[in-house]
Amino acid sequence: MAFLKRSPWILHYDASSCNGCDIEVLACLTPLYDVERFGIINTGNPKHADILMITGGINELNRAVVRNLYEQMPEPKVVVAIGACAATGGIFRECYNITGGIDKVIPVDVYVPGCAARPEQIIDGVVTALGILEEKRTKMRGNAQTKEEARHAAGEST
Amino acid sequence: MPKRIVVPFGPQHPVLPEPIHLDLVLEDEKVVDVVPSIGYIHRGLEQLVQKREFTEYVYVAERICGICSFMHAVGYCQGIEHIMGLEVPDRARYLRTIWSECSRLHSHLLWLGLFADGMGFENLFMRSWQLRESVLDVLEDTTGGRVIQGTCKVGGVRRDIGQEKLDEMHHTLDPFEEQCRDLGDIFLNDDTVKYRLKGLGVISKDEAYALGATGPTTRGSGVAMDHRETGYAAYGDIGFKPVVETAGDCYARCAVRVKEVYASIDQIRRAIDQIPEGPLDVKVKGTPDGEYFSRVEQPRGEVVHYLRGDGTKHLARARIRTPTLANIPMLVKMLPGVQLADVPVVVLSIDPCISCTER
Amino acid sequence: MTVNEEQTTISVALEDLIREVEELHAGGYRLVQIGCTDIGGAYEINYSFDKDYQFRNLRLTVGPDIEVPSISGIYWGAFVYENETHDLFGIPVTGINIDFKGTFIKSGEKYPFSVTRRGGDQCRNA
Repeated sequence: MAFLKRSPWILHYDASSCNGCDIEVLACLTPLYDVERFGIINTGNPKHADILMITGGINELNRAVVRNLYEQMPEPKVVVAIGACAATGGIFRECYNITGGIDKVIPVDVYVPGCAARPEQIIDGVVTALGILEEKRTKMRGNAQTKEEARHAAGEST
Repeated sequence: MPKRIVVPFGPQHPVLPEPIHLDLVLEDEKVVDVVPSIGYIHRGLEQLVQKREFTEYVYVAERICGICSFMHAVGYCQGIEHIMGLEVPDRARYLRTIWSECSRLHSHLLWLGLFADGMGFENLFMRSWQLRESVLDVLEDTTGGRVIQGTCKVGGVRRDIGQEKLDEMHHTLDPFEEQCRDLGDIFLNDDTVKYRLKGLGVISKDEAYALGATGPTTRGSGVAMDHRETGYAAYGDIGFKPVVETAGDCYARCAVRVKEVYASIDQIRRAIDQIPEGPLDVKVKGTPDGEYFSRVEQPRGEVVHYLRGDGTKHLARARIRTPTLANIPMLVKMLPGVQLADVPVVVLSIDPCISCTER
Repeated sequence: MTVNEEQTTISVALEDLIREVEELHAGGYRLVQIGCTDIGGAYEINYSFDKDYQFRNLRLTVGPDIEVPSISGIYWGAFVYENETHDLFGIPVTGINIDFKGTFIKSGEKYPFSVTRRGGDQCRNA
């Protein structure tokens, strides 16, 4: 699975942000920033994705959608929360419909600050996410090997 | 009679960066009915006026939507200024116009890109967004922000654009316009684009008007209605004429936006030519007491900021009617009869901005 | 050439609402918005219309729990605003052409703008 390392696929979801961060996420994928040249592709299918890039403070209706998307993504996966409102609720913190931060609903690995977050920061966040993805992958493989060894020790055939 | 099935569209859909949900009722591949449901980005910003002072609410107004943020700020500030009877200095009015038109340029180029993406014309998508970056560079250079500018405030603007920068902008406008015209030519004349868009999602002039829709969506149907005609900010001085197409299909709506890109460049040029020297803001004294329906023209249409002050630091009520909300009935009328595969293109043709819609 | 924008506001009684709206419709006005304001225990509903940038506003004041007739029979597109009025303020609107029955804008708090019925979860349009 070493080929996974530098070509992660991204799933982007807008969980009640103002749109500013979302268009910056898209701007990352288009000329000038163009992260697609590194093999990073924006996919619409959660089952294809390695990194969930998520913006906004999560409102009541979005909770289930975000959970669902997160659960559909295969392991190992990394969540990047983009923008101030994804981190804490930001300017929308006091709104009645805002939960306040992605980490209230799903575990977040990388926080990208800014309102709106700049493309450079978002790319930096993705690069950090790649490191974490790699760590998680190694850990998963480690766990799998330990299980394998345990089975061998127990005398199972496969 | 073919069996009817309901296909859910969204909330997470590759063609839209934002979540909207449509229940499409299909007969085979043909859409016969559509039920929109929104609320995925509803935040309740209107209620924040009770927690933010009226001068601070500008920042919240800007974050109603990240694409037309500057114009939300202009709409809000003009409303407060009208209630308080503030006269905004001339230079500030011109700067607001320049930044508004820059926002319109970046919004339209963004939309053209997404629309091309919706059609499956990936090349054109990338080219539109590449051109958009040069507008964002200007915005960043002059305001410090790419998508959220934060330069508009009650009583004027926060920053000036120096003469040197204005001259530089003026010089770059000609080559930029040439590039935009090259891009626009593809949208207007390419056979694949025409084949995909002509005759799709037709709305007649009367119907568009009766549905209360606004912006390029109605102007594509021949309704010459653009709030810039009332001459707010500096539009009265530099002159304005709405762009109108008559066919009422997706192609016409696309053509309106392409031509508005050219028009915006022209407006910026004229505003830079005529901008007077002077102060940037007036001092804001007292608190707003009264009400006003402030209207400005955004890239997606007319936005209404209903503001009501009761003489305290906090407004009693802000009600924001955004253009996409007004355009939803039109979308519901547009979709029946189109093929399922054309639904993304038709939905995009109203330029839906869900963050605006739900506030 | 610029057009001067005029704004006029007229108060209207509940029973005259439909008639007034019909008159404006016949006069070629388009519906701009329907917005609601809480004025200390009662609601003020603004029906805004526009024709050639001339802005006319019908103002209806109703107490809580008063049923308001829908104008979607006259202006087809009014359903978005009427559903919104119901979902955010809890004002029952009767006879909407596309009635979402309280599901147009789903929020964490039911009727977040209502002063009298906050926290209730029963749909007023059911």
